[in-house]
Amino acid sequence: MDFFESIAQSFTKTFITDDRWQQLLSGLGVTILITLVAAAIGVVLGFLIAMVRSTYDMQLAGKKCRSPRDVVLKILNAVCNVYITVIRGTPVVIQLMIMYFIVFASSREGIVAAFLSFGMNSAAYVAEIVRSGIMSIDKGQFEASRSLGFNYRSTMFHIIMPQAFKNILPALGNEFIVLVKETSVAGYVALQDLTYVGNLIRSRTYEAFFPLITVALIYLIIVLILSFLLKKLERRLRNSDH
Amino acid sequence: MTTDNVLIKVENLCKSFDDVEVLKGINAEIDKGDVMVVIGASGSGKSTFLRCLNLLEEPTSGTISFEGVDITDESVDINIHRQKMGMVFQQFNLFPHMTVLRNLTLGPTKLLRQSRAEAEANAMKLLERVGLADRANAYPSQLSGGQKQRIAIVRALAMNPDVMLFDEPTSALDPEMVGEVLEVMKQLARDGMTMVVVTHEMGFAREVGTDIVFVDEGVIVEQGSPEEFFGNPKSPRLREFLSKVL
Repeated sequence: MDFFESIAQSFTKTFITDDRWQQLLSGLGVTILITLVAAAIGVVLGFLIAMVRSTYDMQLAGKKCRSPRDVVLKILNAVCNVYITVIRGTPVVIQLMIMYFIVFASSREGIVAAFLSFGMNSAAYVAEIVRSGIMSIDKGQFEASRSLGFNYRSTMFHIIMPQAFKNILPALGNEFIVLVKETSVAGYVALQDLTYVGNLIRSRTYEAFFPLITVALIYLIIVLILSFLLKKLERRLRNSDH
Repeated sequence: MTTDNVLIKVENLCKSFDDVEVLKGINAEIDKGDVMVVIGASGSGKSTFLRCLNLLEEPTSGTISFEGVDITDESVDINIHRQKMGMVFQQFNLFPHMTVLRNLTLGPTKLLRQSRAEAEANAMKLLERVGLADRANAYPSQLSGGQKQRIAIVRALAMNPDVMLFDEPTSALDPEMVGEVLEVMKQLARDGMTMVVVTHEMGFAREVGTDIVFVDEGVIVEQGSPEEFFGNPKSPRLREFLSKVL
């Protein structure tokens, strides 16, 4: 059997036999689904945590509580701190397994466990990115807005956030790129994502080359598309001021 | 002068940052139409005094009544009163992500519930007043320092305030741009706007000030009309200061 023949055979085994290309496609679907839902959870939750933390930093850090609202804020801030410490201090695959084998022990909802654990994991990182963006805005912007009569919330919404968002876009994009690849451990909780399917094909066919390289290429293409979209968004935002 | 004329009344205002006592009991009255010019060395507390007037700095003790309302009272919604107190900063603090026009209309449309068209018409009138109507659609980063500060002044004016607070408005400007900003402020004073100005521009103080205040080490050391203040300074500290800056 000559060289080209053996390549053709490997290719056929990897993609054509048993319609394995369809398994890869459905694995890709699972990966994208987990990533999108987790990113949405991560952005919303991360944004809320960042609001608590930066409001605390700006209004209460180093001061005494003077109202019930201050006490609530202080407690919320402490909770957020613990959350970020724990999430960032443990591997995401452990968090995923805890979610699946302990929290969802009775129902074994793998996909929901993945949404939640990847989302909650991402939120911790997004929170710190957003907070750094808020803190990067000059204090004078805040004061100018307050001096016009805007309250804290409107100032955040109209003045601080739009500027902060532009500053953090590259870091936020990086977080999404990391997230796409992090979902590759979803196989630990019996989800058939892209990586799992690739590995499955490898073990069925005893062909390592095509399945693994294909999976790697698909991740690469996803990341390239993501980078391209982010760069476009960045450019558009930059054009809005000079 | 009748009490009806008093716009801002400051009583025994104290402010400390941690252990540092910056203001040690300031009393002042600003009448409608007054142009109070606050002078003093850096670190004397003059900017802190100004920033306390609209509570950008929270006073440690003392009261500030604005249009008869004690705004240091915790139950007062300070945002309402700040709408009536325009403020201009040393560093301009224009909103860089908005056009000049949007900088001017944001407050009026969101806070005063003006329609966009109404706010824009008003903004264009103000821009014409300071000779910058042609820059309405520019972004702040495309403007010179003097232009930025003139925009910052009309941004505050767009809220139709009862008093304008100026925190060293010309200190961050190149020398050749100081004049254009002072000219706008002088015009404003001539139109009868009540102003409190922290500045090092003695010429401005002498020309348009109605009430000059010298702050040193957190207290008002001397206060008077420009004639007696510059012509016949009484305290040795003020004489020393004036000999250095004049």
